[in-house]
Amino acid sequence: MADASNLARPSLTGRRWYRRSVATARILLTVAITMLGLITLTFFIGRVLPFDPVVAILGDDSSREAYDRVYRQLGLDRPLYEQFFTYMRDVLSFDFGRSLSSGRPVIDDITRVFPATVELALLSIFFGVAIGVPLGVAAAARQGSWIDQLIRVFALIGFSAPNFWLGLVGLAVFFAGLGWVGGPGRLSTFYQFDIEIRTGLILIDSALMQRWDIFQDAVSRLVLPVGILAYGAMAFIARMTRSFMLEQLSQEYIIAARAKGVSRTAVIWVHAFPNIAVQLVTVIALAFGFLLEGAVLTETVFAWPGLGRYMTTALLRGDMNAVLGCVIVIGLIFITLNLLCDLFYRSFDPRTR
Amino acid sequence: MTEHPITDAPPTRESLRDWLNAPVAKSPGQARAQSIWRAAKRLGGNYAAMAGLFILIVLVGAAAFAPWLAPYGPFEQDLNRRLLPPSADHWFGTDQLGRDIYSRVLHGASITLRIALLAAAIAGPIGLLVGATAGYLGGWVDTVAMRVVDVFLAFPALILALAFVAALGAGINNAVIAIALASWPPIARLARAETLSVRKSDYIAAARLTGAGPLRIIVRHIMPICIPSVVIRVTLNMAGIILTAAGLGFLGLGAQPPMPEWGAMLATGREFMLTHWWLATMPGIAILTVSLAFNLLGDGLRDALDPRHG
Repeated sequence: MADASNLARPSLTGRRWYRRSVATARILLTVAITMLGLITLTFFIGRVLPFDPVVAILGDDSSREAYDRVYRQLGLDRPLYEQFFTYMRDVLSFDFGRSLSSGRPVIDDITRVFPATVELALLSIFFGVAIGVPLGVAAAARQGSWIDQLIRVFALIGFSAPNFWLGLVGLAVFFAGLGWVGGPGRLSTFYQFDIEIRTGLILIDSALMQRWDIFQDAVSRLVLPVGILAYGAMAFIARMTRSFMLEQLSQEYIIAARAKGVSRTAVIWVHAFPNIAVQLVTVIALAFGFLLEGAVLTETVFAWPGLGRYMTTALLRGDMNAVLGCVIVIGLIFITLNLLCDLFYRSFDPRTR
Repeated sequence: MTEHPITDAPPTRESLRDWLNAPVAKSPGQARAQSIWRAAKRLGGNYAAMAGLFILIVLVGAAAFAPWLAPYGPFEQDLNRRLLPPSADHWFGTDQLGRDIYSRVLHGASITLRIALLAAAIAGPIGLLVGATAGYLGGWVDTVAMRVVDVFLAFPALILALAFVAALGAGINNAVIAIALASWPPIARLARAETLSVRKSDYIAAARLTGAGPLRIIVRHIMPICIPSVVIRVTLNMAGIILTAAGLGFLGLGAQPPMPEWGAMLATGREFMLTHWWLATMPGIAILTVSLAFNLLGDGLRDALDPRHG
């Protein structure tokens, strides 16, 4: 159908192209503005909100000269708009300043700790999706049954439980009590200097080195934090899948397909599921974003050397550059995920065109 | 007409049920009462939501009567009775300073409740006002407001709260401010969507024709329409607010020890987790229960008041 009308009126495709590129340009513009806002917000938090950023760095009892030197170093003697432009230029070139506690550039620290978080988050989202989507579909298919109730309660608890507490309980039960899993940290100190870092993802690095003993150690330490983060992601994904699926199953085309004699399984997976797949991608991206949030507390509990623990350690030391660097990186990931979803949505869901 | 005088108030107790169930409402007041009555009935039939409500009532009771209910004071130390496991004397055991954990959890209820209510009381009205104003005025006000909302939504709530706390300094009041600052944007977006669906209605046009200014229209005619969905959203958010507050307390950035805040108690109990599990377990269960209760109630409220998202 679409092809025939395109052949008859070729100008339409051109116009459609134009419309789509305008729409895409508008999205990109929105993203650019959001990023500008993000920078403004962190500038505001870092430079304007504290009563005195110099005191925040030096402490209360600093000498007059030290105070003046830091004051000028931070550029606080210059007008606010000039400070803002310098700050923006720095951030856009990924210069978040030096960490006050480690003395290294914040961006170096972040690139060093980031893979640990990525490993955690990727594995968690994988299991969250692999378990959450089938559970959500199963709950929707048997709406109101005991299975549905069970899944709802299970998901709701995942929603409501503080994950740092789950981590503590998990460590007490499965590590200290039963000895089923490895303890806190990514690797035992025994292996720490054996591993050659290539990707920064220990599972991949150890597999590349064919050191299966390291691989096994890493897995035993990943099980608990990944399990807890995946539970939260699963809860969210299962809930959303259920409600999307219920919406589809109440539509007339489903009733028509069932009346034609299509089996219930086929209706759900062949007819209804493709229609919720696009929405699900957005939900999964959102869940991934929340994982980064969950990782902050989970990493603290598991002494996991990732972005989250870096950020909380920096917070407790009052290392503002490091904190804001993390905030910007997480914000950028969030915005990028949103952007990808938006573009994905537009290219796969004809209703949004 | 004279046999059936139109009355607004329910005259007698026997007819109250009839008045609420009447097929046709005779006055705006009756119509409003009827719709609340129907929603309450739907909510009452939802056992999960009722369980949530029940837990929250218990929580409020615990918070209000903690000094009389708790067998010990929240700061009362007894160094001879340190780290005792749960027993008849100490239901939840005692901590490293010999304080009764059950009493501390009870006293912690009011802290948690106060943080959640304060944060909601700040975030709700701000979100409502920003959203309704942006939706009604449209144009550049809308664009600017929504871009600001986008920026705030570009962070997970906890990250944003952490950043604010980092700048403002640790402490319970700053935690409330940080949480409120992190939770108004979704409410604003919701209120804006609700506003957009009514701004072209006849009743708004009528209000404008009678000479009402934008402020009056927003406050008197649009905000009331948004309130039900905002209330649901805030209830659903409460669970998140409580988890964020507990997380801040756990990291040592919210309520400070010796305050019996559940997150802070958890942080202290963390050191003893492997040997004395009850220190961290009990406040954790309290956090889980309350956040579960808010989620259950929020779900029920949404089902009852907002049939579109059933």
